[in-house]
Amino acid sequence: MNFIEWIKQPWPWYVAGPLIGFIVPLLLLIGNKAFGISSSLRHVCAACVPANIPFFKYDWKKEIWNLYFVAGIVIGALIINLFLANPNAITLNPKLVSDLQASGISNFQGLVPVELFNWNSLFSAKGFILIVAGGFMVGFGTRYAGGCTSGHAIMGLSNLQIPSLIATISFMIGGFLVANFLIPVILNL
Amino acid sequence: MKTNTIEEAKSKKHREFLAQNMDFEVRSMDTMCVNESELKHPVWHNLKYLVAGVLFGIILVKAEVISWFRIQEMFRLQSFHMYGVIGSAIAVGAVSVFLIKKFKLKSIYGEPIEFVDKKFNKGNIIGGLIFGFGWALTGACPGPLFALIGNGATVIIVTLLSAIAGTWVYGLVRERLPH
Repeated sequence: MNFIEWIKQPWPWYVAGPLIGFIVPLLLLIGNKAFGISSSLRHVCAACVPANIPFFKYDWKKEIWNLYFVAGIVIGALIINLFLANPNAITLNPKLVSDLQASGISNFQGLVPVELFNWNSLFSAKGFILIVAGGFMVGFGTRYAGGCTSGHAIMGLSNLQIPSLIATISFMIGGFLVANFLIPVILNL
Repeated sequence: MKTNTIEEAKSKKHREFLAQNMDFEVRSMDTMCVNESELKHPVWHNLKYLVAGVLFGIILVKAEVISWFRIQEMFRLQSFHMYGVIGSAIAVGAVSVFLIKKFKLKSIYGEPIEFVDKKFNKGNIIGGLIFGFGWALTGACPGPLFALIGNGATVIIVTLLSAIAGTWVYGLVRERLPH
């Protein structure tokens, strides 16, 4: 196996997880910044549509590093997509595959199920719930909770914060309920 | 003595910020104020955050944590992968934070690195549950939303815009929500 083939493989958790963990000290050391992504959504609101809402009246330009960071995420993912994408489908638990097949999903290539996440499905009930309503809950919920997986689960727990532990447990309970009980119903709509 | 004055100035600034912003969520308070660098830098200094973001984006894709399928596996307890990624990320993050505190490390600009304690509010639970619902539906938390778009799932742009709308609506109604 040559180097390019080797690097195109997906990384196991014990490689990827520690590397994500290293982003925490990296941001602290290069500029005293606390790792967090969902704040970027707030900065976009503050920059584009503050609408005189107190929550968006602050100097977002002081937080512009966060927008550079998320722009970097887009570029990083683009680089992998263009040059180093994994040519094979993701190896999934056969139980998940058979469950999803029973709900009419047949394409397991790629990172999102293309039968559900495409521009046409936006106008179906299924697609609208998954793409639009789901996105709304991500934005509303993360801000209400005061952070997301990065700000609470990774940065907050790294700093041993009890509120972050409570938030992380809440994320998991919410996700558990929807994935196990609601998604099977939605997929059969 | 000099350090004390700086500390006082910082805590005064922090109190002013709290008074004017009435922000219940501590995370944004840190970024807005206490954890904020007092130094002024030219704009190109932000490019280092762009590079950090590129690294993070590469890791997110290669770890497959931006996969809708992986998120379903996680919530259906059908795979250890996501738990391994998040758990080992926290372990490395926690050791790093511990070492930074223990050795009182400074940033590359010589500023002391500061941490602010988060304060519990009901939003951690209610908002957390709502985010959990959205995470399972979209298969993405905010970081992966950006990574999916870069990776070519263009319809996720709609999900991102919807998430921005969700944040905006939260800002609009937050005074009426329990905290």
